[in-house]
Amino acid sequence: MSVPTRMPAPMPPLPPLPLPRSPGGRKGKSPKKKQVNESISTWRLTDRIGYVMMWAAGLMLCAIGIGILVYMAFKGVQYLRPSLIFSSPTAEIDQSKSGGFFDPLIGTVLITLIGIIIATPIAIFAATWIVEYGRPTWLARLIDSGIEIIAGTPDIVIALFGLVLFQQGIFGWMSFTATGGAVFGRSFLTAGAMMSLIALPMVFAATREGLQSIPAHVREASYALGKTKAATIRRVLLPSVKANISTGAALGMGRIAGDTAIIVVLLGASLTLDPEGDVPGLNLLKGTGGTLTSYVYNNSPAGEGNAPQKAYAAAFVLLLIVLALNFAVDRIARSGAKTGLETSRLGAR
Amino acid sequence: MIEPREQAAPPAPGSSEPANGTVPPPIRRIALDRQPTVALPPSQDAVAIANTSDRSLAAARRPARGVAGPERMRIEGLNVYYGNNHVVKNVSLPIRQGEVLALIGPSGCGKTTLLRTLNRLTELTSSARRDGMITLDGSDIDSLEVTEHRRRVSMVFQQPNPFPMSVFDNVAYALREQGAKRPKKKVLEPYVIEALQRAGLYDEVSSNLDHPALRLSGGQQQRLCIARALAARPEVLLMDEPCSALDPKSTNVIEELIVELRKDLAIVIVTHNLQQAYRVGDHVAFMYLGDLVEYGQTDALFDNPKAARTRDYIGGAFG
Ligand SMILES: Nc1ncnc2c1ncn2[C@@H]1O[C@H](COP(=O)(O)OP(=O)(O)OP(=O)(O)O)[C@@H](O)[C@H]1O
Ligand SMILES: [Mg+2]
Repeated sequence: MSVPTRMPAPMPPLPPLPLPRSPGGRKGKSPKKKQVNESISTWRLTDRIGYVMMWAAGLMLCAIGIGILVYMAFKGVQYLRPSLIFSSPTAEIDQSKSGGFFDPLIGTVLITLIGIIIATPIAIFAATWIVEYGRPTWLARLIDSGIEIIAGTPDIVIALFGLVLFQQGIFGWMSFTATGGAVFGRSFLTAGAMMSLIALPMVFAATREGLQSIPAHVREASYALGKTKAATIRRVLLPSVKANISTGAALGMGRIAGDTAIIVVLLGASLTLDPEGDVPGLNLLKGTGGTLTSYVYNNSPAGEGNAPQKAYAAAFVLLLIVLALNFAVDRIARSGAKTGLETSRLGAR
Repeated sequence: MIEPREQAAPPAPGSSEPANGTVPPPIRRIALDRQPTVALPPSQDAVAIANTSDRSLAAARRPARGVAGPERMRIEGLNVYYGNNHVVKNVSLPIRQGEVLALIGPSGCGKTTLLRTLNRLTELTSSARRDGMITLDGSDIDSLEVTEHRRRVSMVFQQPNPFPMSVFDNVAYALREQGAKRPKKKVLEPYVIEALQRAGLYDEVSSNLDHPALRLSGGQQQRLCIARALAARPEVLLMDEPCSALDPKSTNVIEELIVELRKDLAIVIVTHNLQQAYRVGDHVAFMYLGDLVEYGQTDALFDNPKAARTRDYIGGAFG
């Protein structure tokens, strides 16, 4: 067997790259640390004004955020007592006798859980369908705009709509039904169902974004192994957007915990939990109650309770809950980075 | 005649093995209890001469040509269109076990499209149409269930594309049958390790199989993808420029692996590197603008190309 004798000629070596020179000539630094440090004094005036305004905007937001936090912490720590958290509220004019906000705290936790438990699966299914199937296109677009409408609807409108909806006879099992057959329409179940609409767009958007950022070749790799589309979605795609889903869910929970309108209209915004019926557990869900938001509102100077100190304490606890959820969002995103699951790296290669 | 895969182990006396030359019974599904059909690659690798540009050395290190085994796939008058774009034109090729078929040709000539058609991945592209006949072990591939077909004809892509999960799960995913009860991790472990060993990756990842696959180097990722493809015990392995993103050392490891694997698999490799085609290919097919211009034994095609186009293309690479 003959072997050709000539081989491709080797490439001539490239000339060395010129070393970058930093303007302003920072002397005495090792070349590694050299950086381009242009001075804004060389900028045009409009650019300089814009630059200062960007700084100012950022600083102002920082100041507002820290201001709220410090003020609430100051007031909260001042008035918050363990007894407030663990005792139920009572309707008393005298502040010293009106109890704590144990019931509203439970109410917040309960309504948040109900809302997110309803919202998450629906949002995941919808997002997965849109990204992975999305045919016919008009239906995908319709669903997309539907969710956009939900996201854009003010919560008070959602609440009113929910009230009308759940006062229909077929939803009688969800709330208190009077002897005449009139359906009350207000309960943890009905309020939670409407709250899920508050969280749904966030979980949906996060999931969709995550799925869209998974490059097509990951799906192809799975199909090429003889996997069905369903298996690919379940075993590859959804696991890799877990962090996105959790982030969306935590954000959605924050929104639910902070909502007031739906609580006032659909939960009754009562001081204590008022179970309905005698099936333990279900009676709580069918019953009405209040949350920290309605408690704060009631006890603020605007409400009837007028116990501003307790309002501050409850508001502080609410703030802590929402901050904890935001912190969780952060942690989830970062733990994704640790396992290499974060979607940004998916597209990196 | 190469032994069909079922005879890799010496047949039991008096067994009714088919005579040489008959097609061995195809493997219809992943059988976890099957003996490995592929020997482990030799531990000592010839990395030293990996990056040689000396063709005589490269040729010298190439193991003896594989012996053509039974024909596993046959392409007959295949045409593929993307919309009105006729991308693969009337191509007919045999794909045999025991040898490596190297597909070469300039960029855009339809090599990837041809491979994807063999794996039925083109069916995922809505604009793609194909006609002509492709058979796998004598039966039309369209008559097979598509997922089963893709298990038997596995594909490794140009870009390493591990799943965003651990090294272990990447390989285990290929092993798990969908729908059926999912085997436990303990049960799968030996098969995962074996697949990683066959792909020559195990030594590098054995300390931590839970390492995220996306944190491996490009070469390791590609070998992981090969391990993943091998884990399902395919009969035909399609490789689309598997080394284009790799350094010479990883390329060498993968070339060794390909040569090792061809005993038990039919392998089709697309490559832009003619020396690689020369090193690993037993047969070479040269495509140009969708046409199959020339197909022949590697030596014959490289030393004495019949078509002028082939001569031009090869001449451009080998001087
Ligand atoms: N999904 C697609 N839709 C439409 N046209 C496509 C698609 N994929 C490939 N093509 C076209 O098909 C032709 C062949 O592409 P193909 O990827 O098979 O070439 P190739 O030989 O693999 O090239 P390369 O060596 O650069 O990878 C090209 O002209 C390309 O534009
Ligand atoms: Mg290609």
